Amino acid sequence: MSQAIAVEARNAVKAFGQGDAVVRALDDVSVEIRQGEFFTLLGPSGCGKTTLLRLIAGFEMPTSGTILLEGADITYLPPNKRPVNTVFQSYALFPHLTVAENVGFGLQMQGRPQAEVKETAARMLALVKLEQMANRKTSQLSGGQQQRVALARALAPKPKVLLLDEPLSALDLKLRKEMQIELKRLQTETGITFIFVTHDQEEALTMSDRIGVMSAGKLQQVGPPKDIYTRPVNRFVASFIGDTNFLQATVEADGLRLSSGELIEAPAGLAQGRKVTAIVRPEQVRLVNSAELGAVTATVQNMVYFGTDTHCYMTLADGTEVMARLQTTATGDADLTQGQNVALRFAPGSVQVLED
Amino acid sequence: MSAAETAQDAAATRNGWWLSAPALFILAFAAVGPLLIVLVYSFLTPGEYGNVEWIFSLNAWRSILLTEDIFEPGKFTLADAHLTIFWRSVKLSTLTTLITFAVGFPTAWFIATRSPRSRTMWLFLITIPFWTNLLIRTFAISEVIRNEGLLNTLLLKAGIISAPINMIYTDFAVFIGMTYVYLPLMVLPLFAAIDRFDMKLLEASYDLYASRWQTLRRVILPIVRPGIVAGSILVFVPSLGAYVTPRVLGGGKKMMIGNFIELQFGQGRNWPLGASLSILLLIVVSAALVLYVRVSGRENRHG
Repeated sequence: MSQAIAVEARNAVKAFGQGDAVVRALDDVSVEIRQGEFFTLLGPSGCGKTTLLRLIAGFEMPTSGTILLEGADITYLPPNKRPVNTVFQSYALFPHLTVAENVGFGLQMQGRPQAEVKETAARMLALVKLEQMANRKTSQLSGGQQQRVALARALAPKPKVLLLDEPLSALDLKLRKEMQIELKRLQTETGITFIFVTHDQEEALTMSDRIGVMSAGKLQQVGPPKDIYTRPVNRFVASFIGDTNFLQATVEADGLRLSSGELIEAPAGLAQGRKVTAIVRPEQVRLVNSAELGAVTATVQNMVYFGTDTHCYMTLADGTEVMARLQTTATGDADLTQGQNVALRFAPGSVQVLED
Repeated sequence: MSAAETAQDAAATRNGWWLSAPALFILAFAAVGPLLIVLVYSFLTPGEYGNVEWIFSLNAWRSILLTEDIFEPGKFTLADAHLTIFWRSVKLSTLTTLITFAVGFPTAWFIATRSPRSRTMWLFLITIPFWTNLLIRTFAISEVIRNEGLLNTLLLKAGIISAPINMIYTDFAVFIGMTYVYLPLMVLPLFAAIDRFDMKLLEASYDLYASRWQTLRRVILPIVRPGIVAGSILVFVPSLGAYVTPRVLGGGKKMMIGNFIELQFGQGRNWPLGASLSILLLIVVSAALVLYVRVSGRENRHG
């Protein structure tokens, strides 16, 4: 992947409302999105991810800050002058046009010759496997098919960047999984930079080259899915992506002293005496023999069966809650009962300390 | 529900048509009956003091277009007075339709894009003129535009003009009056159409490189077309047959077909001519509607 920058936001601020009621939908966001990458903006609703997308599309102007496209300032360029196309959450297909006319609309507005418009529209429909539907009205299509038309329509003018605003949220689970694979395939085939907005962490983890996690109008962390998952920088990222156990601890010379009293292995380079929040993912929690060194004692509170694994909710000596994701045994029996005392251990290297 | 069940239900609904037979019966007599009488009268001879004599004659139909010379029976000249009235009617109705659209579209757009609460208020304001009798509204306009009226008095007092502008009893007065009267009939169907319009489509259009003008022409207008067609019909049809407005604002001079037809049944004492003019008006309106719906429909298909 080339390292050239496709889109850059510099100190973008977007405030809505006036006086006391000002809401900062975007609060000083700076981010660089590389050419040809699948970049996901992930966050809960109202976190500002859609606002950032709309600034890039040109539907909104920032209150302050700059938006750059391949190094050129496009902050105040209207949407019809930006080589950027959007796939809308509601698809926004033109109801008075056929599928092929919808796909050709962008090229037609650019004043391309009719033959080229037709040819490109046909090629795009083939790309999303809808050749047969070219002359249908969009109202005759299923949700998944409309989604593909919206994609083909946005890709047809060969945008420098494709913006996708929660495009899969209206689809059912099975279709959504198919479209995730489809989107990734399209992105690889076309080589176009995708900026994908979603609140679904699984979608973000499976498709993205890099993820930008947003909350309260700020970018919390930017990085590849693995980094985001294994090394979240703060409590928000840790809790928003996957399940996490939060443990209060104090740094000592030979490890972390948990609030429940046990000493566990610590990541290197922490100042002694510091009070920190440590995190452990539930799948890194192992049940062990109580005699083992460094084992933490806990009491089983509840077991929830999920098929491939079983969630075991426990409390430590001081009441700290810890959840373990245990692989279900062949008999489907996790062999634990409520109130039972167990010993657990965190997999080596799995304990992370949050920066704040 | 299976296709067979749906078809069965539809058939059952259709077979229940006779329940509306009484209504159909009344409609047939109330609408078609008088029309047939008018049609028959148009082929009869005028009576000396109005009414008709039961003698078959094509004179009424011929006299729409041709006038027989009083001194030389058998010599016909083109009835240009009739043609002037027809032309004025069509011209003023078309202009009224165009101007009500030009004013009504932005108005309807404005209302449809308000918040739900203030939208109710705006719609309410639009319907206020309907509360007053048409005749009274028309006289109100006449009060405003006549030579000693509000507008001229104000302009004179302000020193903008030195002599009153003669507006009343002109084509312009009739046109202004009809625009005022029929504007709500254009705004309401346009509002209904724009209200259903998905505003996300505007963003989609801009996003796909369309300018504002292209968005209006290629996206908004084709989608709200049913509202435009409905509004145009609602304005054009009553305009063409308008009676009160041209009577009050056009004086006796600037007649439209409606006034001319009334004249034949009144002072003119030529019922067959009035009847044939009525039938002709009906034909013209129907033809115009069919043509209009066809043409606007075709534009859409190829747009």
